[in-house]
Amino acid sequence: MSFDFSILVLALPLFMFLFLGLVGVKMGKKITGVVGTIAMGVTLFICYSIALTYFFGTDQKQVIDGVRQSVLAYDWNWLTFTDKLVVKLGILLDPISAMMLIVISTISFLVHLFSLGYMSDEYGKPEKGFQRYYAFLALFTFSMLGLVVATNIFQMFIFFEMVGVSSYLLIGFYYTSPAAIHASKKAFIVTRLADLFFLVGIMVLSYYTNTFDFKELMASPESALSTAHGQTFMGCSVMAWALTFIFIGGAGKSAMYPLHIWLPDAMEGPTPVSALIHAATMVVAGVFLVARLFPLYVLEQGAMNIVLVVGAFTALYAAAIACVQSDIKRALAFSTISQIAYMMTALAVSSNVGEGIHEGGLGYMASMFHLFTHAMFKALLFLCAGAIIHAVHSNENSHMHGLHKYMPITSIAFLIGCLAIAGIPPFAGFFSKDEILVACYEKSPLWGVWMAIVAGMTAFYMFRIYYLIFHWKKHEVKEGHHAPHDMQWTMTLPLIILAVISCVAGFIPFGDFVTVDGKPLETHTNWPVAISSVCIALVGIGLATKMYYKENKLPSQLKSKFNGLWTAAYNRFYMDELYQFITHKIIFQKICKPIAWFDRHIIDGTMNLLADMTTSASFAIRKLQSGSIQSYVLVYFVGAILLAAITMVIVLI
Amino acid sequence: MEIFSNILIYFVIVPLLTLAGLALCRNKGIGAIRTVAVIGASALMVLAIALVAIFLQERGAGNEAEMLLTGSWTWYEPLNIKLSLGVDGVSVVMILLSAFIVFAGVFASWKMDPLPKQFFLWFFLLSTGVFGFFISIDLFTMFMFYEVALIPMYLLIGVWGSGNKNYSAMKLTLMLMGGSAFLMLGILGIYFHSSADGNLTMNVLEIAKNNAIPENWQLFLFPMTFVGFGVLGAMFPFHTWSPDGHASAPTAVSMLHAGVLMKLGGYGCFRIAIYLMPFAASELSWIFLTLTGISIVYGAFSACVQTDLKYINAYSSVSHCGMVLFAILMFNQTAMTGAVLQMLSHGLMTALFFALIGMIYGRTHTRDIRDMGGMMHIMPFLGVGYVIAGLASLGLPGLSGFVAEMTIFIGSYENTDVFRRVLTILGTSSIVITAVYILRVVGKLLFGAVQNEHHRQLTDANWFERLSTTTLMLSVAIIGCFPNFFVDIIRDSFVPVVKALNEFFPVAGI
Repeated sequence: MSFDFSILVLALPLFMFLFLGLVGVKMGKKITGVVGTIAMGVTLFICYSIALTYFFGTDQKQVIDGVRQSVLAYDWNWLTFTDKLVVKLGILLDPISAMMLIVISTISFLVHLFSLGYMSDEYGKPEKGFQRYYAFLALFTFSMLGLVVATNIFQMFIFFEMVGVSSYLLIGFYYTSPAAIHASKKAFIVTRLADLFFLVGIMVLSYYTNTFDFKELMASPESALSTAHGQTFMGCSVMAWALTFIFIGGAGKSAMYPLHIWLPDAMEGPTPVSALIHAATMVVAGVFLVARLFPLYVLEQGAMNIVLVVGAFTALYAAAIACVQSDIKRALAFSTISQIAYMMTALAVSSNVGEGIHEGGLGYMASMFHLFTHAMFKALLFLCAGAIIHAVHSNENSHMHGLHKYMPITSIAFLIGCLAIAGIPPFAGFFSKDEILVACYEKSPLWGVWMAIVAGMTAFYMFRIYYLIFHWKKHEVKEGHHAPHDMQWTMTLPLIILAVISCVAGFIPFGDFVTVDGKPLETHTNWPVAISSVCIALVGIGLATKMYYKENKLPSQLKSKFNGLWTAAYNRFYMDELYQFITHKIIFQKICKPIAWFDRHIIDGTMNLLADMTTSASFAIRKLQSGSIQSYVLVYFVGAILLAAITMVIVLI
Repeated sequence: MEIFSNILIYFVIVPLLTLAGLALCRNKGIGAIRTVAVIGASALMVLAIALVAIFLQERGAGNEAEMLLTGSWTWYEPLNIKLSLGVDGVSVVMILLSAFIVFAGVFASWKMDPLPKQFFLWFFLLSTGVFGFFISIDLFTMFMFYEVALIPMYLLIGVWGSGNKNYSAMKLTLMLMGGSAFLMLGILGIYFHSSADGNLTMNVLEIAKNNAIPENWQLFLFPMTFVGFGVLGAMFPFHTWSPDGHASAPTAVSMLHAGVLMKLGGYGCFRIAIYLMPFAASELSWIFLTLTGISIVYGAFSACVQTDLKYINAYSSVSHCGMVLFAILMFNQTAMTGAVLQMLSHGLMTALFFALIGMIYGRTHTRDIRDMGGMMHIMPFLGVGYVIAGLASLGLPGLSGFVAEMTIFIGSYENTDVFRRVLTILGTSSIVITAVYILRVVGKLLFGAVQNEHHRQLTDANWFERLSTTTLMLSVAIIGCFPNFFVDIIRDSFVPVVKALNEFFPVAGI
């Protein structure tokens, strides 16, 4: 079956963006939202048809010798750089892009649906800017879909920028709030800085390989890399540099340390947006990028080791911070950072066991699997958080407590999300996380233990959040407020759907569909690893239960005992302050201001000085034209005598 | 007469006819003045689009000549002064750009007060100079039209400007005149060495073909012409007319000046300095690359701390125009194509910026971003326009800035020497700094709480303002979405210059 219809997945959201953006204001608010949601539903349907046709289609050409082939559905010339380097826009379908289509369209559709209720007040009246909100959601969906189906690295860069800007617009949706403006600006600039590296990486890579095209690069990664053979820069091969730079680009979007600082602040945006962009889709763009170029990274172990170290460190670092945050969305944000770092690490430990790319590809498969399951349960957690915030009008967990009684559906859905992320069987997270741990152990026991510790911390902080929201003590309903309650069906339905997916997604035989080389990968449960990881998770949950199930003094005692560590983690180890210092105190005060001063006073001063000198010189010369006959006569005679004298001297000599 | 069968000459005749039409209007007859101005501007736009069509048709028919629609008419025999016309892809898109900006500029100065008739007279005289420059391929007529475009600027700023306008007008005119003094010397030098056998000529194509300028003379004349045009292209350290000049100039003049006039600089650098003197260009390019490299980063950093909207855009122009000259000096087809795209992009985008700033200033009577806030709430149309212009400026894909900058960076990186590569990477860093100052302005000006309660009564854009800005926004989006249309027109025009350079410099991609 041909994939000609696949262009619709890009065309429809783009059209919806333009349509809602241009004529949305003229339409009723409610209608805009409904139209946007229906259009997204259609997009969802198309995405599923593409993915199902791709995975289960009976076309003989799709699977050759047991290897699933990638399909180039579209490829248009968009911009010619040189004879060889041409930017194309198109659609490339392969296992990971087909999987991403499912993830993005599912979450995006559910977020569209959820937002109908979330972006309205208690009486169901839509908020100001409702049309704008749906237009931006459509823009984001378009950009994200364009990113995953990219046929070449430049198209990916283009859509990296596009998702960056849609994220900027959506974080800053409440544009009258200074915190939102600041957060959106920060998100854009930090990711832009990362994209700068991405761009430089692309320039280097494309210069030496003479192509942007993924298919050409992947056809024979060895020969692609060998084109720069012997070219080194500061002791490393240029390709290692290029891949490292490209990774930095991905690290910016995926909020890897030290470029993670924008993600917690991005929680200033509306919560469904956080669920869509900052939990499930855009933030995994970096992982997707590394996965896309995986065959190249495997051959450049230097770059791969950087990915590994950054990923492993970020996983632990973010988990530590998540343990003490009091803002529910920020705690979830750090949890997201930690889980994405998990996927990054899984990619990095993959395929260096010396068994060839197929057998070593467990980490790759596990990473993609975790990306899939994580998107589902993290979106679930964020949407639950949205429902809670909508009910209690606050992000702080000190304003929540004891909500289980009031919001039972949300509570159960949140609990399922927590169990899934903690890795308790049979929930989805168990299966994907387990395979990541196996891959880490295969690389080295150090990384296995390291990631297992992170898994324990994950279980702990998730249940801490859960207990603080839904238990701990009785909820105090503020005066003049309604008691919180579960929301209307448009908001609870997405929760239920995602909760069901979080329960069953683990049983998908992922290895049959998504592997690094297209051949199905047999996976076996590694019992020692599985049992130990479940035990660690249970320890984490037990600890959280002891500390946070019922109101008690233990947390505050521990807090005062480890005050220094607690404060440092609560303040995110002062990374924001460091950035603030560098950007504001150094770049703004010590670079920008002096340059502006230099321009006005030295460069412009020189020009003004020239002008002033001309003016004063002409004033001086003006005195010669005094108009008095006596002085003219005097000058005449003096001049004549002088000339005569000079002539005589010359003649005599 | 034969000369009138060439479409190019109408690019000079139409503005002159508009001038005549305006002269016939009564001083107070604002309706008639507007009608004449709109007819003139629309006619120019139609002509420009027709020219693109003719150009594409000729190229499609396999006409591979370096310049199309050429023609030459003797003007003053003893000095070999001729009116030589001809266009290649670069001049065609420059003419298209100018026509669009003139069109938008007319609507941006719809409510010009006082002396609307005189304003439009000078405005169209300036346009005559601009179009004349782009259609000429004769050194003398080029120089003449160049001066015609410069002089009205003095009056336009001095009479209709705001703020410290006398100082700014004087500074701008004197600095640009200083530049043209260098240019005059350079052009005379080129003329007297234009041929080895004594048949001196002013025609650019013939001079290039003769290739007779001695190398030691090139080393002297190249800096003259490059600096002469570079002043207009806001090259560091000759850019200081730009912030003051733009700040004082009325809206339409800022638009035309940043949108078109600054492009004369880049175009001249390429067409005269580099094309005619390839040896000196390859010998001395390192000096000017350094200067333009500084321009890019320096302008961007300076823009970060400004508080006056026009100063921010003036410094941003220094950065973006620096990129034009920077790319031209990278000496390969890709980078040079990028330079022209950047000229288009910068022209449209900056014109849009200045139009919007003028409209905002006309309402709030301040351009200080510290006194404004929450404008998005009060004037959504202008606010959205500003965001689009900002996104184009910081290089969002789908808008013009992205394609231009990417073409420049990829092209520049094609050079293998370390010096150019380091500069390229330095240049790319501007994409971050640009994002910083654009988002800073957008955050302060458009978002946040309303700073001044009086601003709440202000109205959004009216129809002529919408028409003016929409034209520019659409153009920015069209270039950003369909860049290959423009690349196809532009790219082949650089073959001759690249071939000439290749004798002295290892041009990538040949």
